[in-house]
Amino acid sequence: MEILVCVKRVPDTAENEFELNSAGNDLDRDDLVYSVNEWDNYAVEEAIQIVDKVGGNVTVITVGDDESEEVLRREMAMGANNGILLSDDAFEGSDGRGIAGILAAEVKKGSYDLILTGAQADEGAGQIGGMLAAMLEIPYASLVNKIQVGDGSIIVGREIEGGNQEMNEIGLPCVLSIQTGINEPRYVGIRGIRKVASVDIPVKAASDLGIDVNTVGEAGAKTKRVDYFVPDTGEGAEMLEGSTDEIIEKLIEKLKAKGGL
Amino acid sequence: MTSIIGPASFKFFGIFPAAILSFILPIIGIGLFTYIMARRIAPLIRANPDNRFDQIGKRVKNLVVVWLGQIRQPRYMLAGVLHIFIFAGFLILSIRSTSLVIIGVSDGFVLPGFGGLLGAIYNFIKDYAATFVLIACIIAAVRRGIYKPKRYAVPEKYGKDHTGEAVFVLGIISTLMISESLFEASQIAFDLQHAGQEHFLAPLSLVWIFKGMLASAPQNILQGLHIFSYFVHDITFFFFLCFLPLGKHFHVITSVFNVFFMRVKKGNIKPVMHGITEDKLDDLESFGVKKLEDFTWKHMLDFYSCADCGRCSDQCPANAVGRPLSPRFITIKARDLMFKNYPLSGEIYKSKLLVEDIYTEDEIWSCTTCGACEEECPLGIEYIDKMVDLRRGMVDEGLVPQSLQKPLKALEKRGNPYGKMEKKRAEWATDKEFSALCQVKDLDGEKADTLYFVDSITSYDDNIQEIARRTSLILKKAGVDFGILGKLEKDSGNEVLRFGEEMLYQDLKAQNTEAILESGVKQIVTADPHAYNALKNDYNNLPPVKHISQVVAEKIATGELDLKPCQNPDKVYVYHDPCYLGRHNGIYEEPRKVLDAIDGLTRVELEKSRDRSFCCGGGGLMLFYEPEEETRMGVLRVNMAAEAGATVIVTACPFCLVNIQDAIKVAGKEGEMEALDFTELIEQHLA
Repeated sequence: MEILVCVKRVPDTAENEFELNSAGNDLDRDDLVYSVNEWDNYAVEEAIQIVDKVGGNVTVITVGDDESEEVLRREMAMGANNGILLSDDAFEGSDGRGIAGILAAEVKKGSYDLILTGAQADEGAGQIGGMLAAMLEIPYASLVNKIQVGDGSIIVGREIEGGNQEMNEIGLPCVLSIQTGINEPRYVGIRGIRKVASVDIPVKAASDLGIDVNTVGEAGAKTKRVDYFVPDTGEGAEMLEGSTDEIIEKLIEKLKAKGGL
Repeated sequence: MTSIIGPASFKFFGIFPAAILSFILPIIGIGLFTYIMARRIAPLIRANPDNRFDQIGKRVKNLVVVWLGQIRQPRYMLAGVLHIFIFAGFLILSIRSTSLVIIGVSDGFVLPGFGGLLGAIYNFIKDYAATFVLIACIIAAVRRGIYKPKRYAVPEKYGKDHTGEAVFVLGIISTLMISESLFEASQIAFDLQHAGQEHFLAPLSLVWIFKGMLASAPQNILQGLHIFSYFVHDITFFFFLCFLPLGKHFHVITSVFNVFFMRVKKGNIKPVMHGITEDKLDDLESFGVKKLEDFTWKHMLDFYSCADCGRCSDQCPANAVGRPLSPRFITIKARDLMFKNYPLSGEIYKSKLLVEDIYTEDEIWSCTTCGACEEECPLGIEYIDKMVDLRRGMVDEGLVPQSLQKPLKALEKRGNPYGKMEKKRAEWATDKEFSALCQVKDLDGEKADTLYFVDSITSYDDNIQEIARRTSLILKKAGVDFGILGKLEKDSGNEVLRFGEEMLYQDLKAQNTEAILESGVKQIVTADPHAYNALKNDYNNLPPVKHISQVVAEKIATGELDLKPCQNPDKVYVYHDPCYLGRHNGIYEEPRKVLDAIDGLTRVELEKSRDRSFCCGGGGLMLFYEPEEETRMGVLRVNMAAEAGATVIVTACPFCLVNIQDAIKVAGKEGEMEALDFTELIEQHLA
């Protein structure tokens, strides 16, 4: 089975303290560390496990700048066979539809049985998988937490509100967006990354993909971010301040006072 | 008949020479033994290299003290003393057994030099040796067969009980002792009856007793007994020789080698591959132990040498709290696999991934590397290096629990397991109250004689930062010119190395080493025993490293530091030895001396202290690991302290403090028991 997994390089939530930049329209990105989007990591692990069972290849792809190559290498160290970096100055500022379009252009050049994305990434829009499927005119299942590979089709599981589980048969090729918890992604150490350090990763620009630069990037974006801020503390909400111990003490007091403890 | 006929001249039924039998038996016995040994050595030849021919002086010393002197045996008094008797008896009687084999083909054979006085003295000693060995065997058999001490039990998941084998071997040894004594006694009784020759025999020895019993036995019975006991001894002897390599009594043969090749340096971890330097690590195809043959030959020899005494697991804190780890079975399972994959005849089987075949991942992650097992093993069997090698293999295969992946990734990106920003590493020093008392130099720019290496937990943990501030105040008071590396400091990597992430450890080590050498300091001080251990035993070419307790002890001795009388004289203090200060680095006395230098401080000792200290739960990455366990190590430790009558547990390690503080809460002892770091206690008492 030929599997393509779309991944994204995002600021690492575990290793960062987020602050707004001085302009107030984005995070202060100077001191951030980046890694692969957590959901994408599960998708790659799932793809590797499928290929281990039934054979085939896993290709990881991302749209981004030169630095995005690092996440492709990390996923290749996990066991993905190939990486593709879609990079062009014209891609900068693309909205979700733009990114899906860029990915779709590359997907059409290959022959993939299965395309996986993470359920969502750092911006929480969760839109790429669905758009990509629509553009490719193939079936789509979102928030997938189980995959059973059959002959010519696959069975995918989705967790439904209230903890119920739904199983669907879906024809190939298709796009699935993968939920965390579907597996336990393997560890990738520095040694693994070094092993794939010299593997060639093709970089493709708009012209290689046959994309009209006016349909992507800021120029082609139909949605634009107009503001970015930390919401004001609303009615009924209270931020506890102090050291961890002090905060805990205050919280316990409050819970006691309201009869919660 | 003028004298008894020896086995070399005796003829069965008057025609068949017994000498033929006593000639053939050793040939078969030794031939079979050689064959078995050759098969047993086969896996060791396929094993990975190990450098065990260095430091010969220390190795000879271990041979004399640990092997010959059996120094570790009396740590378990009854079993230990019994073993010493049996061991000494074996050594003494090995000479007698050798000459007995030759007596079978040459009557009255005496080993060169054993004809005169030496022979007489030897006979006297060996008669007692045989007697004591028999008595020891009987007591041991009663102990194992009837009283069944708990530590020998084999939990169901680890296979069958081993009592049968143990008692069987005690029976074999007893048979050897009795037959040897009967052989001699029958001859002496015969001679006495015939010629009235009175031999001097060791009074109350087995031979002496048998001689008395046989004094009036008919001569034909004595003759028959003489020959019968000879062959019982001969057959048993060679049977035993060939039986040894088949089970836990292999240690009778391998122990001398195992002790000679045992670990001579403490606190360090073996290189990924002996003979491969750090800059060549990238060239290695695979890391660590994945399959049986990835172990080094010494580690395989360890498996062969285990006597199944259960002392390691009896001391193991992971085993005590019900984690799925028992060091004894790490060894026994590997030995069983070696026996299975390298059978005595036929094809050698291909080995599988060990963590899928005989071990589980949780089993290998459960070890805190406290070293209690290694400290105890009378045979010098190692565990820490094996655990690390198995973890290296798992890390290389990507088999790392999610709970450890996060801190490892944070260490890679930020140099600390919490994922906190590098620039906040020295924030503890900016505390208002503290900075008014003490300004800490940042060696990224400023200069000082001494580096205070803070390490991650003390730098970032709100609660533990207090250790950094107290350490600084102590150093200042003692007149030490010191500074910190600030954002240039990375995690020491003590646990990164021990959790098998070798390349990440190498990275951290390289960054720290560069920063330390760049700073130009002449010595390093730390209050974190894990950092102390890494810098001292794992890093190379650094200035000398001291733990804060050593510095304080020295400064008190020179009079540069003075301590006030105890501020809470009603409290009862107990010192808990951190594994990485005590067992791995031998620092037991300095912290105690310092505590005792506080006038009026009441200090008690834990029953398990010094080299038998009980790990409180482990440090570094172990704080992130979520083990399967019934209780916490810290809770057991707190209960031990309560039993000792203590109300304050003083420790000298930030991880011990975290674990013990938590455990006091879990044990429901808040209010009656408290945990205190060494630096806090001392800083409170600075005069």
